[in-house]
Amino acid sequence: MNPMMNTTLSAASINMAPLSAEIFLVVASCAILLIDMFLKEGKRNITYVLSLLTLVGCAVITWADFNAGTTTYTFFNMFVSDPMANLLKLFTYLAVGITLVYSRQYSADRGMMSGNMGGEFYVLALFTMLGQMIMISGNNMLPIYLGLELMSLSLYALVAMRRDHAISTEAAMKYFILGSLASGFMLYGISMVYGATGSLDITTIAKLTAAGASNQTILKFGLVFIVAGMAFKLGAVPFHMWVPDVYQGSPTGVTLLLGAAPKLASFAMMIRILVEGLLPMAMHWQQMLLALAVLSLAVGNLTAIAQSNIKRMLAYSTIAQLGFVLLGMMAGVSNDNAANAAQAYSASMYYSITYVLTTLGSFGLVMMLARSGFEAEEIADFKGLAKRSPWYAIVMTVLMFSLAGVPPMMGFMAKWAVLQAVVSTGQYWLAIVAVLFSLIGAFYYLRVVKTIWFDEVVDASPISTPVDMRVALSLNGILVVLLGVMPGSLLQACLSAMTQTLGS
Amino acid sequence: MQSTISTLPPYLSLSVWLPIIFGMIVLAVGRDSKAGFTRVLALIGSVVSFLPTIPLFTQFSNSAHGPQFVEKAAWIERFNIHYYLGIDGLSLWFVPLTAFITIIVVISAWQVIEERVAQYMGSFLILSGLMIGVFVALDGLLFYFFFEATLIPMYIIIGVFGGPNRVYAAFKFFLYTFFGSLLTLVAIIYLYNKSGGSFDILAWHQLPLTMTEQVLIFLAFLMAFAVKVPMWPVHTWLPDAHVEAPTGGSVVLAAIMLKLGGYGFLRFSLPIAPDASHYLAPMIIVLSLIAVIYIGLVAMVQKDMKKLVAYSSIAHMGFVTLGFFIFNEIGVQGGIVQMISHGFVSGAMFLCIGVLYDRMHSREIADYGGVVNRMPKFAAFSVLFAMANCGLPATSGFVGEFMVILGAVKFNFWTGLLAATALILGAAYSLWMVKRVVFGKVGNKHVAELVDLNGREFFMLGVLAILTIYMGLYPAPFTDSLQVSVADLLQHVSVSKLPMH
Repeated sequence: MNPMMNTTLSAASINMAPLSAEIFLVVASCAILLIDMFLKEGKRNITYVLSLLTLVGCAVITWADFNAGTTTYTFFNMFVSDPMANLLKLFTYLAVGITLVYSRQYSADRGMMSGNMGGEFYVLALFTMLGQMIMISGNNMLPIYLGLELMSLSLYALVAMRRDHAISTEAAMKYFILGSLASGFMLYGISMVYGATGSLDITTIAKLTAAGASNQTILKFGLVFIVAGMAFKLGAVPFHMWVPDVYQGSPTGVTLLLGAAPKLASFAMMIRILVEGLLPMAMHWQQMLLALAVLSLAVGNLTAIAQSNIKRMLAYSTIAQLGFVLLGMMAGVSNDNAANAAQAYSASMYYSITYVLTTLGSFGLVMMLARSGFEAEEIADFKGLAKRSPWYAIVMTVLMFSLAGVPPMMGFMAKWAVLQAVVSTGQYWLAIVAVLFSLIGAFYYLRVVKTIWFDEVVDASPISTPVDMRVALSLNGILVVLLGVMPGSLLQACLSAMTQTLGS
Repeated sequence: MQSTISTLPPYLSLSVWLPIIFGMIVLAVGRDSKAGFTRVLALIGSVVSFLPTIPLFTQFSNSAHGPQFVEKAAWIERFNIHYYLGIDGLSLWFVPLTAFITIIVVISAWQVIEERVAQYMGSFLILSGLMIGVFVALDGLLFYFFFEATLIPMYIIIGVFGGPNRVYAAFKFFLYTFFGSLLTLVAIIYLYNKSGGSFDILAWHQLPLTMTEQVLIFLAFLMAFAVKVPMWPVHTWLPDAHVEAPTGGSVVLAAIMLKLGGYGFLRFSLPIAPDASHYLAPMIIVLSLIAVIYIGLVAMVQKDMKKLVAYSSIAHMGFVTLGFFIFNEIGVQGGIVQMISHGFVSGAMFLCIGVLYDRMHSREIADYGGVVNRMPKFAAFSVLFAMANCGLPATSGFVGEFMVILGAVKFNFWTGLLAATALILGAAYSLWMVKRVVFGKVGNKHVAELVDLNGREFFMLGVLAILTIYMGLYPAPFTDSLQVSVADLLQHVSVSKLPMH
């Protein structure tokens, strides 16, 4: 916390301290935008370093907040800073930071930072992150929606950054249209919830619904639209159509910006609106999530098998992985008993974090193999990586086995935690369905491993990667193993954060 | 949570982690340009990893009940998961066996593997540590952790160093076993919830369960272990994996990996679901007899030597599962002895085939004939191991088979009689193969150019031959250490766990 800010602004009777990280980010992003204007093309690295420093600054502020472990509401209850928000924000910074490291060379090679384009890539990335932070900390439907829009609008622009690239432009159009539609759904649902309860404040909505003092029919209608909007943003089946096209069409760096960190924000949005706001309606939204989860697992896993483009394959794999996040979300309440809630939601949270870390690494490797004028987008481009670069072959192998859920990788513990939550509610058939689809999923992850290790080298050109990216990729891979072997503290942090969020 | 280490130094942890650490070092510093150095490093690693397993059997108390060399520490407190290691008579011998076979594998690859040496050696060292982990884990999740993790190095070994159809074999191996163990995962979670949040396998043994629960849990575990053993009809991955795998891969598969399944029956299925085990025993016995007789017949008609030995492994493992499910001491002991002996014998048979394959690049029986004329030392070894494979008295193969047959006759005369046919079938396929490959006139000009065993090959086959004969002549060290644990297990299994009404 920043004591100076605290004293100067307390006169306005609004406590700004919980927003320190956000305020810092806004100021820093604007400053970077200005500084970047005066930088020559060759000096773009300054923008890059400043952006990373901004992330570090945010991390320091949030880390202090996280360690304090308190829950603070501010801005008339519109904004909350609690351990869950802080933990998710820390991983969001990490995800965005790693993305920037991975995509620096890649984006520069593709003219996304030259010509009449400056360092907008970095600034827009920071703005998406600001949107995510507001989504994570929003305690009122409006800020959550505003955060969502801030994130989405920045992402639309990012996807469209390669203006002369037809596929990117197509992806941007698709993303924009479908994303707006989803936002519309969401807003419509929010308005219905407002109509039913007369409030946009999450805490008030929770009180009113628990007391039964709201129009049930309208509330349920609103719920359907909200869940549909969220499913769009998450990319759950049947609202997943945009995912493969946008993942494939966007420049890979941008794919990572919209594929990794936003999932954490979407997860937080689910927790805030569905769990904190509408937990009494759990029996209704759980059924919707059930359908979404099973369909996502089925369609994601089965369709991924047919892909030869690795970005598309990872897109479908994302859909399947999110199915698991949703599975955890629907194991919180059984028979109107929410005793299991913290455990189940924290399992989902751990799964989301796991997903983000593995996704970062896998797209990072896709970017590593790409070079100026060449996209390593086909699975076949990974042929014989084990001979070209044994270390990165091991990293990719670790990531693929993590996605498949094989110990000792992180993905195993995540799957385990979610399955445990599902089994403890007695939904055995669901656990078995999830497990069987994981088996199908293992096939296409194994195929990537096979391409890396068993196939002969086709493209023997040396891999030239900047040092920062090498270090980040290696750490990324090590982290996925380390958090698989020693998952204790992160699991515990997720659990206590979730317990505190549910308790307040 | 207090942590316990009952012996210092912690031999079990060393047995598990030394090979893994050495494997990582080999992967990190090994280069094809420094292949010799890589090999020496791997050999040092495997020998050093073998050392901590020696005190396990020299200091093991044959009369003590329960796990020995226990190490216990909190691992993942959120789920009450422990790093809990310990061995009893059931698992004791598999630890040194695994470490020992790893040394043999490293030696066997010395001149054979010339490309990607570090990856080959590193994978085997890591695999060795993971497999030992399976045998010594007393925490359910820790067991599963190791059990699943073994798939990764084996998948790489088969896929990278295997034969022409290796990709198919590697996928089949991985997906088959992954399928089996995923259902086991659900059973493990069920047991965890049922026992009030505990992963202690020994606590699961005491957990009362209804018949329905027991049957479902038994079947879920069966999926994993039957695939691994492998039992008929889920055995089809094994011949493919064996044929395609490099020699070392086949040796480890046959000598150790199959035993993970057999061991799983003893540690999980029988004691956790004793009533279901009794109830479903006839099914297992029938499946085992099918493996013994039908697979024995299948082995006889194979044209590929590796396939023949692979099918013979399935038949021998049928003996093991038969021994476990007739519920008498001699049968269960015989099953375990058979597993240990099979570790030596099948490993040695695959090494013999490897020796021939390195020279002729063929595994077809028809391509050979009269090898004895050119390779007398080799011929002596292959005859010995073939004899051991068909259970000749004074070799280790005899002890286990004899004990299982004795137990089976005690259990039911006809079961015993059917099981005993294995001796005839085993003799038929093993000796007939030896006859066609080793004896007779020199088959063709390639055979005429064969060179006999070199020192390295002689050493590894010699050591295995000594062990095979030693175990056949004097099995007491092995059987003595089993007795208490097997008696305790059978005592436990004979008491119903159904809740009292």
